[in-house]
Amino acid sequence: MAEKRLLLGDEAVALGALHAGLSGVYAYPGTPSTEITEFIQQSPFARERGVRSRWCTNEKTAMEAALGMSYAGKRALVCMKHVGMNVCADAFVNAAVTGVKGGLVVLAADDPSMHSSQNEQDSRFYGKFAMVPILEPSDQQEAYDMMAKAFALSEQLRLPVLMRLVTRLAHSRAAVQTGEPLAQNALEPDSERAHWVLLPGNARRQYAALIAKQTEIETLSEHSGFNHLAIPAQGEVGVIAAGIAYNYVCESAPAGLPVLKLSQYPLPARQIRELAAHCRRLLVVEDGQPFVEEQVKTLLGADYSVTGRLTGELPRTGELTPDCVAAALGVTGGPAFENAHNLAPRPPQLCQGCGHRDVYTALNQVAAEYPNARIFGDIGCYTLGALPPFRAIDSCVDMGASITMAKGAADAGVYPAIAVIGDSTFTHSGMTGLLDAVNDGSDITVIISDNLTTAMTGGQDSAGTHKFEAICLALGVEREHLHVVVPLPKNMEEITRILREEINYHGVSVIIPQRECMQTLGRKLRQKKQETK
Amino acid sequence: MKLDIKLSGVGGQGILSIATIIGEAATAAGLHLKQAEVHGMSQRGGDVQSDMRLSTDGICSDLIPLGQADLIISMEPMEALRYLPYLAPKGAVITSSKPLVNIPNYPDEAALLAELDTLPHVVRADIETLAREHAMPKSANMILLGMAAPSLQQLLSEEQLRDAIARVFARKGTEVVSANLEAFKLGLEFARNR
Repeated sequence: MAEKRLLLGDEAVALGALHAGLSGVYAYPGTPSTEITEFIQQSPFARERGVRSRWCTNEKTAMEAALGMSYAGKRALVCMKHVGMNVCADAFVNAAVTGVKGGLVVLAADDPSMHSSQNEQDSRFYGKFAMVPILEPSDQQEAYDMMAKAFALSEQLRLPVLMRLVTRLAHSRAAVQTGEPLAQNALEPDSERAHWVLLPGNARRQYAALIAKQTEIETLSEHSGFNHLAIPAQGEVGVIAAGIAYNYVCESAPAGLPVLKLSQYPLPARQIRELAAHCRRLLVVEDGQPFVEEQVKTLLGADYSVTGRLTGELPRTGELTPDCVAAALGVTGGPAFENAHNLAPRPPQLCQGCGHRDVYTALNQVAAEYPNARIFGDIGCYTLGALPPFRAIDSCVDMGASITMAKGAADAGVYPAIAVIGDSTFTHSGMTGLLDAVNDGSDITVIISDNLTTAMTGGQDSAGTHKFEAICLALGVEREHLHVVVPLPKNMEEITRILREEINYHGVSVIIPQRECMQTLGRKLRQKKQETK
Repeated sequence: MKLDIKLSGVGGQGILSIATIIGEAATAAGLHLKQAEVHGMSQRGGDVQSDMRLSTDGICSDLIPLGQADLIISMEPMEALRYLPYLAPKGAVITSSKPLVNIPNYPDEAALLAELDTLPHVVRADIETLAREHAMPKSANMILLGMAAPSLQQLLSEEQLRDAIARVFARKGTEVVSANLEAFKLGLEFARNR
């Protein structure tokens, strides 16, 4: 089984987990984490072993299912993009209090520079908040190697382990040397009820036990093979390089530079003190928010100079680049050619023929008749409706917020208040908000733009496909105010008429424009053609 | 020895197929390789790019530093110009000369091509038209790879690239393999004869 394979960081994580004896991966698609679960879904080895890998409805259901698998003694992986941590935070933080049985690794893929995200929150804060160990690989090989260690660490400490990737590692390919796969854990459900039933009496004991583990967790960091301190010589400046930042430092580091490569947290205080003792100043290089920098400042005290993103040596926002790291190290370089003159931005756009286009065409036409109309958008391909030529939506905040924000705005007197949400986003976090609106008789018009897939992340299965009418009716939407339409130019008259009627109805209405995503449709047609050849 | 390559184009043009072939060839040749890809939102008709680094020695950064790309290989001329600050002083630009206009403010085509031609090493061709004329409309990206082959030869030979094309397209059948090899050859000859 030992071989060399060219793998994305995401794929290295997936293969590492499979070879670590994984029994189930639980995830909701989200860039840049999606390829981890996809790799496992397509892996013959995973199929052979019966590894559970179907997409979950959201990150919270994923985290809880994984915790259940861990409770039963088996190794489980949860994957998500950074903002998914917000969705599953309740389960994640409490899983540190209950503890785990089978190894539980929670993988959060952060997106500094917001390539495909609405913020650049740093998941390492969640690890610290929950008081669990954090692993942050610097390259693809380490991502693979770390998985077996992460599961073992989780079982040793009986805690979830957080693994953090960033976009550049998740979506960058390199050769990975694989090892021999480990056996899967046997079914062995936990019987320690006092650990798992978090009534206040038990919870207080469990929380105290979690606090008591912290010294051990810190010691493990100080002895981790993933953290490595090199002090070739006394230096003016010493560098702490976290995760992928280590590669940028190596790219341009002058010879003899003292460097602490940091890939396991909590911070290894012993190595940081030692590095500080050999240098006059520290430069902290980390992707994301100044998580390490702030803690190192506290650790070394106000008299020691700690620099990085907070002090301006590195930019405060955006992902690291080899260029900004080189500049912070005082290495000169830079472009030989200036920016071209004949250049225009080319933003992403909705595909030609996409059903969302027809939805926005209809919506813009009708909304123009109501000068006070507000359209609350949501997260997915259809967020691109904010850009020209449509400029159709007034908001996009978090998964599901279209419906609930429309409700709140309607409560305040906004009319018409219209929500536009995709099918997968609706089942992820929109259903509960719709129930609120129904129960309160809110005056909102909800458009569930259903393309039968989770399109934004590449066309994964969507949890509610073919169930939307039934779901809406069950939540209490009235039959006569629930419509399914086919978003095509030829149906424009019907769609705009229904929109008008439902806006004029002062209660909850739901319109479901339903037509398959052009990308998934094209893929299916190509596959069919290939098969008939 | 190293080769840093910026691959660029518009979402859906197939730059990742070029990356896959070079990656396959480099792996078979025992070279070190890192390749940063773009997934997600930027795929939808927007600009896409991929950083590909090949080396006989270990590679640190997944991203190419400014001013260090030995090659820009682009499926679209304006997208080639977008990454000029990454081009090394002696770097080459291998690009399609046919604009893909899907934005209202696309620059003047003549001015754009004139700016491209001010660069020291440029190989450009209307690969889409070439592909159509030679009845291989789906293989424009392999024409481009053929045009880039002479610039890759210090680390990868034509044979190594051809073998990689054959291996990567093998599961799609012999017809697809030979069409892509033919396209590669066409690009190679264009680069040699210009």
